[in-house]
Amino acid sequence: MNIINLLTQGVLLGGYYALVACGLSLMFGVMRIINLAHGDFAVLGAFLAWTVSDSADISPFLALVAVLPIMAVFGWLVQRGMLERSLRAGMLVPLLSTFGLAIVVENLLFEAYGADTRSLAPMIGDLSFGSWAITDQFNIGYLAALIFALAVLLLGGLSLFLKHTPLGRAIRATAEDADTAELVGINSRAVYGIAAGISVATVALAGTLLAMRATFDPYSGPMQLIFAFESVVIGGIGSLWGTLLGGIILGMAQSIGAQFDPRWFLLTGHLVFLAILAARLLAGQVGARGGLRTSLGIDA
Amino acid sequence: MSGRSDVAVERWTRASIVSGFVVAVVIVGLTLVPLAAGANVIDKLTTLFVYIILAAMWNALAGYAGLVSVGQQAFFGIGAYFAIQFSVHGVPAYPSLVLGAVVAAALAAPISYFMLRLHGGEFSIGMWVVAEALHLMVNQDKLVQGETGTSMIALNAYSHAERLAYNYWLALGTMVVLLGAVFVLLRSPLGASVQAIRDDEDAAASLGVRVLAAKRTIFILAAFGCAMAGVVWLSTSVTFQPKTNFGVQWTAYMILMALVGGLGTFEGPILGAVIFFIVQDQLGETGVWYLAGLGAAAILFALFLPRGLWGEIEARFGIRLMPVGYRLRLHDVVTAPKGD
Repeated sequence: MNIINLLTQGVLLGGYYALVACGLSLMFGVMRIINLAHGDFAVLGAFLAWTVSDSADISPFLALVAVLPIMAVFGWLVQRGMLERSLRAGMLVPLLSTFGLAIVVENLLFEAYGADTRSLAPMIGDLSFGSWAITDQFNIGYLAALIFALAVLLLGGLSLFLKHTPLGRAIRATAEDADTAELVGINSRAVYGIAAGISVATVALAGTLLAMRATFDPYSGPMQLIFAFESVVIGGIGSLWGTLLGGIILGMAQSIGAQFDPRWFLLTGHLVFLAILAARLLAGQVGARGGLRTSLGIDA
Repeated sequence: MSGRSDVAVERWTRASIVSGFVVAVVIVGLTLVPLAAGANVIDKLTTLFVYIILAAMWNALAGYAGLVSVGQQAFFGIGAYFAIQFSVHGVPAYPSLVLGAVVAAALAAPISYFMLRLHGGEFSIGMWVVAEALHLMVNQDKLVQGETGTSMIALNAYSHAERLAYNYWLALGTMVVLLGAVFVLLRSPLGASVQAIRDDEDAAASLGVRVLAAKRTIFILAAFGCAMAGVVWLSTSVTFQPKTNFGVQWTAYMILMALVGGLGTFEGPILGAVIFFIVQDQLGETGVWYLAGLGAAAILFALFLPRGLWGEIEARFGIRLMPVGYRLRLHDVVTAPKGD
């Protein structure tokens, strides 16, 4: 029963990773940018949720009603103010500028909130610690299950949105070929702005959920970026559900590693990621054109 | 149109020949510094040399080969770790330091096999994962005691004054050799190859450039250089703490110095390192605003001055002190009437 418990916890953790990852892969799919500040946007969202729910004395879930639109606008602004300019300058500039942005966000958060480790767990009552006891060795936490369900809903919703709505089609067309999309009347600038807004709003949601299930501080961002990246690459089969699968594999690897020694939690995740990458290279899948394929069915 | 004889391809200009002599004199002068200067000066110059090494290595990676690594701290840290291992197993301190860096470079070869297949940002974060994994593996070693860290006790065999001077010469020697290596590499056919790869990998490959081999040479050189910087750092601080030695801030510094000075120029990273060193020296301990300012500077330079300060100087005044490229000199064409 213990092994089932272990694997289940890994799967549920994978839901969180998929949530962090989907914005990263959306932005990569549409704009060919890997946003190195992605993880820090998650943490920014978490701090924003903390501030809103603390000052208005409301549940963090209610706070999301304000946080998600704010972060979407923030994403749009980052795209218009910074990424758009960097996109025109080749591959180097987006990486350098988003890396700079990551440092700015981390240190401004530190300036504003200090070094304290925080958590939203006390603000969500028994959701944070309650669980269904299936047997005495097999528990499913309410929050972990909720996060997993949200991940499935969000990934499924995004997938439907991209496939079946006019805006979704415009995004896919722009991802495929922005210049040609312009020819048929799509405003690629607007599409890029919207994609950035969605990406940043989803990662802010992920960050808020991270803050509910664990602790966070101004420098928690880079690790979230790494988790997101590992999930996308592990799952890299070119579909939305691949990201979820990647997150699950990462979560299970970490849970199993931690079973042997708690210090192995992170290391096992990294090693499994590297092993899968190496195996795929040997099998020739990651060829001349790179390993990270977009996981939203907008393969190009 | 003017005749062909009016155009000359040149590498060494008068300015660059003069600067070549100046460089030689400066190197000799710097070598003699520990004989005359105080401890503080020697120590600070050692730090400056470490910065110059780091900036030049990152520039070789990103500015010339297009490899934006966010994981160079992997080599900075692992070199120091192996140096401690060697010294614990009885190798004298300074040979241990160099051997540590050699092992780090040897490790870079297998790492390059799969990392170099990744492109752009995938390579960036992939290298970050490598650095994290190495950091966590080093933490497992009982010798290191997790994040508590350890010290390179063998260094205590030398007096403080001796150590100061040896560290200085080690840093200076490393810097001169590595800058020399980059200079020679960039002037060789490899230099043209990697720049072609940076500008358009597919096009370069179709012209017969051996993409992976060229990138690998730069990658291993940069790994060795960062590891040498790491062991010099270890020799000055004596303590080894995984969190510090494997910290991503090393790469952040490298990026900033190379970016401010001028990516893809030979002189730029040196200028960037000097500026960074002065700023650090003046404001170093002012904390988070300072760090946020560094991030903002990186954004501004990336967006508005992507060629960096030296790139601007070069473009505006046509100065080239250390010629790694060729220039076309037009004698009369400029004065020829426009149009035909």
